[in-house]
Amino acid sequence: MLGGATLTSGLTGVQQNHLLQARQMQALSFIVHIPLVCFGIAFPAMILFIEWRYLRTGEDVYRTLARRWTKVLVTLFAAGVVTGTILSFEMGLLWPDFTSTFGSVFGLGFAIEGFSFFLEAIFIGIYVYGWDRLSPRAHLLAGIPIAGAGVLGSLMVISVNGWMNHPQGFRLVKGQVVDVRPWRALFGNGYFWHELVHMYLAGYIVTGFVVGGAYAIGWLRGRRDRYHRIALAVPLTSAAVAAPLQVLVGDWAARDVANQQPIKLAALEGLGATTHGAPIHLFGWYSGGHVKYGIEIPRLLSLLAFHRVNATVTGLNSVPTDDVPPVNVVRIAFQLMVGIGSLLALLSLIFLILRWRRGGLPSSPWFYRAVALAGPASVVALIAGWVTTEVGRQPWVVYRVMRTDQAVTSASGIPVSYAMLAVAYLVLLAAIGWALRRLASRPLPESVPMDAPAG
Amino acid sequence: MLLFALTGLVLYAVLGGADFGAGLWQLLSGPGSHGRTIRDHAHHAMAPVWEANHVWLIFVLTVTWTAFPLAFGSLASTLTIPISLAALGIIFRGLAYALQSATDIPRERRIIDLAFAASSILTPFMLGAAIGAIASGRVPPGNAAGDLVTSWVNATSILAGCLAVGIGAFLAAVYLAADAARLDEAGLQNAFRWRALVSGVITGALAIAGLLVMREDARHVYHGLTSGYGLAAVIVSVLAGVGTLALVWRSQFQPARVTAALAVAAVVAGWAAAQRPTVLPGLTLHQAAAGRDTQIAVIVSVVVGGVILAPSLGLLFRLVLTGGFDPGPERLPGSAAPAGTARTRPAARHLRPGAICLLAGFVLLTLLDSPTAHVFGVLALLAAALLAFAAAVPDEPETTPSNTGSDRSETGTAP
Repeated sequence: MLGGATLTSGLTGVQQNHLLQARQMQALSFIVHIPLVCFGIAFPAMILFIEWRYLRTGEDVYRTLARRWTKVLVTLFAAGVVTGTILSFEMGLLWPDFTSTFGSVFGLGFAIEGFSFFLEAIFIGIYVYGWDRLSPRAHLLAGIPIAGAGVLGSLMVISVNGWMNHPQGFRLVKGQVVDVRPWRALFGNGYFWHELVHMYLAGYIVTGFVVGGAYAIGWLRGRRDRYHRIALAVPLTSAAVAAPLQVLVGDWAARDVANQQPIKLAALEGLGATTHGAPIHLFGWYSGGHVKYGIEIPRLLSLLAFHRVNATVTGLNSVPTDDVPPVNVVRIAFQLMVGIGSLLALLSLIFLILRWRRGGLPSSPWFYRAVALAGPASVVALIAGWVTTEVGRQPWVVYRVMRTDQAVTSASGIPVSYAMLAVAYLVLLAAIGWALRRLASRPLPESVPMDAPAG
Repeated sequence: MLLFALTGLVLYAVLGGADFGAGLWQLLSGPGSHGRTIRDHAHHAMAPVWEANHVWLIFVLTVTWTAFPLAFGSLASTLTIPISLAALGIIFRGLAYALQSATDIPRERRIIDLAFAASSILTPFMLGAAIGAIASGRVPPGNAAGDLVTSWVNATSILAGCLAVGIGAFLAAVYLAADAARLDEAGLQNAFRWRALVSGVITGALAIAGLLVMREDARHVYHGLTSGYGLAAVIVSVLAGVGTLALVWRSQFQPARVTAALAVAAVVAGWAAAQRPTVLPGLTLHQAAAGRDTQIAVIVSVVVGGVILAPSLGLLFRLVLTGGFDPGPERLPGSAAPAGTARTRPAARHLRPGAICLLAGFVLLTLLDSPTAHVFGVLALLAAALLAFAAAVPDEPETTPSNTGSDRSETGTAP
């Protein structure tokens, strides 16, 4: 519907020799921010669960754990605030034509996200500084808006991403954006629900395995008292429940992509020509319209994408070469995400079955080594997933409406600001890592009884 | 619509400005234990609220790009240097807040404080310079259509930048003096009283100098400020500023908080009134505005958001201003929690319904193709997740049911 129309952007005449650097700078900003978003989604819920256990049992071990995790949450939230602010600056600094042309269509999502961010900041202030000042019940209640705002905020941002992938809610008349319906554009959009659920589960998987992985290392080093067992069991169980479900949700997401963005699907699978009964290739390298050195599984793509073994799957040759995303980047990122995701789901199932059948935590050190690895692996899968959807949308910033090179700023000096940001984020990451180690190495308060329940 | 963006800007100036000012005073606090007390006071006063104060900037940004997209794109591309530097300052400020709780070692604290203070000057200066660039008409509409350097390196911008830093310092000194008075810290109260008076005079002088510079450099805004609403705002600002100095002189800090904020709010309002009706040269407010549906959508969300946020923000500031978060002995010891009865939950009974939900979710989400089925499929999977979590009971009771490894019984000592 929109595909054929040419766009006259709000501003005019883009002159930019550093488009790739601008995209990399944006990608770097996302890569640093996205894992923090996961913690914003899932970590408050885990802390609240533990605080709720404290209210139910009155055992100090829960309170100590929740308090210590709150400190971690504050550190990560502060980092999330700054990296999120940088992202909103970049909407103008890097992509002024995108924002000035379509700000009226998608901006609403960010405006509401701003509110949820606000709510989060307010209640984090109350929650963190209220540990000793509010009644236990009021304190628990003050934590609920933090968890809610984390969900609302990610919903808003993903609604904008859903719109970029599946634009609607406006018309192009003579290249001008008219008839803007922002509510319909963002929330009447069938495309973003799978993204939301997929990301939401990813939040639990990443947070669960990263936190659980840290305590798994502790387990291997002999920290196995009750405090540490709870600190390991809660995030690990959350992640283990989410990871197998992610397989089903991911399959749903891929089918939506197949229907709405056939070229992205073709890039994911390296499908050069439109094919009846298309196969899937594991591994390999895309070159000259085919996947080389891959393991072929006949007809599986047609079956998975359209539930029919002989369904026709659109290939990359159906659009001009200019409109094809960088296939190998997208394909490798996709395989990385699916591969890691499957391994995590397997590890999760092993853990859950052991736990359901026998209770307690597994005793084999190999299990804990695997969990320790699962932490960083889940972050890699998360980033690979976003690379898949974002690079897979290229060369479009607004799918089949506006190209990335129409959106970029004309200002010079992108390499300079890119370098500046890279250095600043290196400092940021190093400092956060240092602060978290510091927090972790603080001794537990004496009052925590390790064996007897608190009286 | 413009009103929202402006209200946000005013609140950012009044609250976020004080936040930056507190950083400046940390830098100028001097060495030794006296300096340490001043730095700690500034930190304790600001730590619970900085994130909330800071979010006003995000509010201004998002409302501007939604409601005035064309103006936003032009500003961000031409003013890329000052905005990038302001962003850099924001990174290091947030970092400093994140790290502050992690260390008590003086040498490490000094580095963190320095980064915090330097970025507390950089960010407001650059944002002020950006506003100076708008006021002096140096940002034409278009993708980086203005000069990347001279747009913000000029007399008006530099004065506006200094004024922004001065405003922050003045506000912070007044607020911190009021906090010190509440805590009955006579030494701190006196220290910040003097700081408020000095910075108030300097900021006032900067504002007057700004007017004189704009007479040459930004005639449009100068005329706006010397007539009509602009003039009214200037008069309010002068009266409130002088009134604040008088109140601070007499150590009446609580009313001084209000008048200081009023003086600053009037400066922002006066600039906005004087800037009308053009946002950028050749681009009026009306032309820059987004379509009607978008405007209505933003108004609706701002009003709904405001209804939720206002009481929350009120609660936060009430707790902070009435001393609810002040350092001191715990008022509610941990043992005050209701010692509920620890119930052992029969976990396995959740497994069967969980499996049923999982199966339903698989059929609805994976095998069927209708969106309605997908909605219920996702809900069924959510239920399955909750049941599975409940069945796994991540409680880790002391006496573990069955396969206790030999290593399980040890009493761990904290690392």
